Amino acid sequence: MKFVDEYRDADLARRLTGRIARITTRPWTIMEVCGGQTHAIVRFGIDRLLPEAIELVHGPGCPVCVTPIEVIDRAIDIASSSGVTVCTFGDMARVPGTETDLLSCKAMGADVQIVYSPLDALEIARADPEREVVFLAVGFETTAPANAVAVLQARREKLANFSLLVSHVLVPPAMETILSAPDNRVQGFLAAGHVCTVTGYEAYDAIASRHRVPIVVTGFEPIDILQGIAMCVEQLEAGRHEVANQYRRAVQREGNRAAQAAVEEVFAVSDRRWRGIGDLPDSGLVLRSGFSDYDAEKRFGPVVCAEEASSPCIAGQILRGRAKPDACAAFGTGCTPESPLGAPMVSSEGACAAYLRYRGTATP
Amino acid sequence: MSDARRLLDCPVRMPPKRIVLAHGGGGSLTHALLESIFRPAFANPLLDQHHDGAVFELPPGRVAFTTDSYVVRPLEFPGGDIGRLAVCGTANDLAVCGARPLHLSAGFILEEGLDTALLARVADSMGQAADALGVGIVTGDTKVVDRGAGDGVFINTAGVGVLEHELEIGPRAVRPGDCVLLSGDVGRHGATIMAMRESLHLDSDLRSDCASLWPPIAALLDAGLPVHCLRDLTRGGLATGLVELARDAQLAVVADERTIPVSEPVRGLCELLGLDPLYVANEGRFLCILPEAHADEALAILRGSEVAAGAVRIGEVTPKPAGRTSLVSAIGGERILHLQSGEQLPRIC
Repeated sequence: MKFVDEYRDADLARRLTGRIARITTRPWTIMEVCGGQTHAIVRFGIDRLLPEAIELVHGPGCPVCVTPIEVIDRAIDIASSSGVTVCTFGDMARVPGTETDLLSCKAMGADVQIVYSPLDALEIARADPEREVVFLAVGFETTAPANAVAVLQARREKLANFSLLVSHVLVPPAMETILSAPDNRVQGFLAAGHVCTVTGYEAYDAIASRHRVPIVVTGFEPIDILQGIAMCVEQLEAGRHEVANQYRRAVQREGNRAAQAAVEEVFAVSDRRWRGIGDLPDSGLVLRSGFSDYDAEKRFGPVVCAEEASSPCIAGQILRGRAKPDACAAFGTGCTPESPLGAPMVSSEGACAAYLRYRGTATP
Repeated sequence: MSDARRLLDCPVRMPPKRIVLAHGGGGSLTHALLESIFRPAFANPLLDQHHDGAVFELPPGRVAFTTDSYVVRPLEFPGGDIGRLAVCGTANDLAVCGARPLHLSAGFILEEGLDTALLARVADSMGQAADALGVGIVTGDTKVVDRGAGDGVFINTAGVGVLEHELEIGPRAVRPGDCVLLSGDVGRHGATIMAMRESLHLDSDLRSDCASLWPPIAALLDAGLPVHCLRDLTRGGLATGLVELARDAQLAVVADERTIPVSEPVRGLCELLGLDPLYVANEGRFLCILPEAHADEALAILRGSEVAAGAVRIGEVTPKPAGRTSLVSAIGGERILHLQSGEQLPRIC
């Protein structure tokens, strides 16, 4: 298939792993930010094709994983009220809240619908004006533009029964948090290509120079990831710390200005709780006051974040790259996709799900 | 006047356009449905015994017996419909036991309000699929549930078949050194249903692979090949078939992703929806495990059959680690295959 096969070429992969092995003279720890990259790495066995000196650690880029439990509980509450439809991406429906999850709610009769786009939710709202339709708006900068467009469209059509339960998060503050930790081990980043298609990568210059880490905007296919690693190692070996773009076929330095404008019009930057990580200043998006009519928290009551309960789940460590999934005592035993303790075991971008799906419980 | 009422009064017994509860009541409407739709579609001497069950002699040999229920939504899809699925699916379960399908039963649970023209199409499709296979739908049953208590039509089929050879075919017969053959490209049925369900109007010729597997399996057995195991790949796709094979045989299976055919439309849809085609359902594909020495001959035979024309060798059986299925990835890395967790797509067959 065009645009896929050429990025899964075994010969090219061999050439890239050979190049990485040749240029590597000492150990380096590189974090791939995005959970989609983590899955590709584990699915294609990329980490095992690298020299031992290169360690890949998995980053926080799993939106489902970092969504606070209180948001899920709120969505469950809302879904349980009569006359309401909650629309969500599929992964979110299986993430455990405090008591239950959205799929179980659906099984008990709540109207929970899995959609592929907020515009599908808009369509559901349009079709039944008597029903309140709430879209669970999670995700990084990648999903924010479509959600912004849905709100703008709802306003244009004067749809009064559509709202968003917003839990948007932003990538650069999470990278800052990881690099600022006293015990940080990350020496280079593969930045999330899809996020950068929207945001561009100008914002990474400051991070790269302040923390002296190379940041390579990287795609999601095996060849993308291997090339991103090669570009990162080249910089590390040369003592450079620049922002580079491996994913040139999709990402431009300034990003997608139209998408940024839609996000800017609808959302404002705010503090945000990250599940497993904590409260990060200016790390999320909320609806601007002019759009509060479309804010599910205004219609159904606010999300109130409490102290995180203690749990054997080490998702917070995993999301910050401090531990690998198989280091968790519950991995594959007390915590499985059928009965997850934490979101990384559920999400299709979660590191724990990737390890269990592609490697099983055996230590890799 | 209601349709039911009109039927009772009308000397020419045309069934009403919609199924009503009385169609399952055992009275005149049930009779009319049987005579106007099912009996013409399934016509065969055993059904024409007009008895509570079919009475027949079995040919000599071991007998295989199986049952399956079909709840697919939508009822009709490119490449098939629930009726064809119900005949082929149960016949395929017999075929992978190494049994020639002989007779099927068909139980229908109809939802009040079902379009009788649609039911007639489904029944005709079942009759055609059964005729093509040389099996008879020899006994059946119809019930009707209230509107909202079903979804159009659910079908259960059971089947008996006979083994005309002495082979033990099953996971316990698998040996280290066996070769794993796959009968064609994977993921067509699931991808077709998914594209329809998600209303993805894709510009492609995506069609279900729904088909009877008996012709290629019969050809393998007729050639006297020492087949060790056969597995039809339905829900859970190829990956599930391989994982179950390794687990049940308590041997290791190593497959190479680069040899597994996936058509462009299926790959495209899977990339779009973030699915792994190895886990997407099939309704006309199977695995054949037999000694390496016979692999080439088996492949040649399979490729001579229409439904297995795309047969390929995808892997081998090794002694250890017992129960493990590994896959060499497109770039030469390795991953372990597992049963999928949760439901990829409900009501696919």
